[in-house]
Amino acid sequence: MKTSALGIVLAVAGGVVSGTVAAAEIGGKVTLKGTPPAERTVEFDALCGKLHTAPQTTRHFVVGTDGGLANVFVYLKEGPAGKTYPPPAKMPVLDQVNCFYEPYVMGVMTNQKFQIKNSDPLMHNVHATPKEAGNREFNIGQPVKGMVTEKSFASREVLVRFKCDVHPWMFAYVGVLEHPYFAVTDKDGKFALPADLPAGKYTVVAYHLKAGEASQEITVAEGDKKAVNFTLEVPAAR
Amino acid sequence: MTRSTPNPWLARFAWVTAAATLGLICVGGLVTSRGAGLAVPDWPNTYGYNMFFFPISQWVGGIFYEHTHRLAAAGVGLLTAVLAVWVWLAEPRAWVRWLAGAAFGGVVLQGVLGGLRVTLIADELGVVHAALAQLFLVWVAALALFLSPGWPSLPPVPAAARSLRPLLLGTTVLVFGQLVLGALMRHQHAGLAIPDFPLAYGRLWPSMDAEAIARYNQLRLETTAVRPITAFQVGLQMAHRLVALGIVAGIVVSARRASRLLGRAHPVTRLARVWVGVVLVQFGLGAVTIWTEKSADLTTAHVGVGAVTLLLGALACVIACRDMLGLTRVWDAHAPPAGVAGSGALAARLTGPSA
Repeated sequence: MKTSALGIVLAVAGGVVSGTVAAAEIGGKVTLKGTPPAERTVEFDALCGKLHTAPQTTRHFVVGTDGGLANVFVYLKEGPAGKTYPPPAKMPVLDQVNCFYEPYVMGVMTNQKFQIKNSDPLMHNVHATPKEAGNREFNIGQPVKGMVTEKSFASREVLVRFKCDVHPWMFAYVGVLEHPYFAVTDKDGKFALPADLPAGKYTVVAYHLKAGEASQEITVAEGDKKAVNFTLEVPAAR
Repeated sequence: MTRSTPNPWLARFAWVTAAATLGLICVGGLVTSRGAGLAVPDWPNTYGYNMFFFPISQWVGGIFYEHTHRLAAAGVGLLTAVLAVWVWLAEPRAWVRWLAGAAFGGVVLQGVLGGLRVTLIADELGVVHAALAQLFLVWVAALALFLSPGWPSLPPVPAAARSLRPLLLGTTVLVFGQLVLGALMRHQHAGLAIPDFPLAYGRLWPSMDAEAIARYNQLRLETTAVRPITAFQVGLQMAHRLVALGIVAGIVVSARRASRLLGRAHPVTRLARVWVGVVLVQFGLGAVTIWTEKSADLTTAHVGVGAVTLLLGALACVIACRDMLGLTRVWDAHAPPAGVAGSGALAARLTGPSA
């Protein structure tokens, strides 16, 4: 009897720790309404131009064939109440490839280390321009291919802009949150938040730099799988 | 070395230094126009190299502009150092020697400011750096004017025309204020806060509430890494436009009044007439800067011509206020500058208690 009761307690505790029991899953799609303006052609310098065989454009509106909008930062406005999350050991990578940042938009947790990598056979500088107190602006040189620098931000900020002053068309954005419930939409506009969300009431926010922001209040029960879809609009000229 | 007559070569060297400073302002303007101010993250080194030995093969992208600016600044620093020493050794007027010494101090301060702007990543220091550059240009050009053989023979401003002085001075101060406004706008690194001209977002006065600013930012399709615009930046550009109108009016009135009070041949009048032409060019460049979405080259031309606008006003002020400020003392109390026609009599008249 004692053994059986202990087994139940351990199983429940294990489930809570691993997040595989009673957790909700939130996913969905962000769709763009309207016709976005044409992207603009990037004017490379001679060295970066050699890395491309075709003209490249800006990435303000990356829209899939069925209207799915990429590079939308989707996140919970507030994480689960009363819970704190240590920064994960996994380090996302902000790469510099063919004179572009990859990815264009990504997310990290506060104090989570992430890597900034130069995969190009040429010199870049990496200039982060956060605005929130506690997040330090930095500007580092990465003159050699393969260089990797680890950085982190201490404060929540959506979004921190990164730029290269050597190549002014290079810029990217990093969202920083104190919880892990965020995602960036893929080329089809789809996203999935981490599948270990405790039951509760949340506000899901979808933020795109040009199409703006939308939010939805949701309530999830244990084990729920909920689709949360957003529609953002191309901004009107007036 | 002689201390009794002006040295035309020294004056020429001073003018060359002033011209080099103007060139340096243009190169510095190009750095900001290209968004390359932080393309080299270290200072005084360049990517770890001594800046004078940084390999040319690595002068690429924004590095080219920033590194060239640093080398050009070193050149102007050297010219200023030589000028200061030369003036100190050859110039009998103590106040001119001190002006030259201060110019050297100014160029050192300017270099350190430029470096700190990089290492501290401080945009506000960029504004101070830009403003000090303009003042330094005026300083060196005024020094060159004082060293010029023709300086003592410039005609004075008669008492009846002295009302011209506050007008010239006020307009010149306004020009300097406008340059500071411009530097503030540029060192926000936010690109064009208002994309149209002469209207502003299609209106005489643009909306500046939070919703409007958010919409402006959404509508922009940036090709370079500029910051989002703010209501403050929109306000700055509107102020820049209004001050521009005031400056054009001030300069036109100055030129007309100088012509009426001093005659067309007076150097102040001649300077003021050139001033009118330059400020009209500058006004046009401001419009073109917007219409070309801040083309780097045209924006830099706007910075350069802005510096010339300030310089012309400042030189006109110096000449107009020369006797009032006691700047009429010649090289030697009794020796007229060699080769300056009529300067002997003028020098004798101008020297006196202050000589």
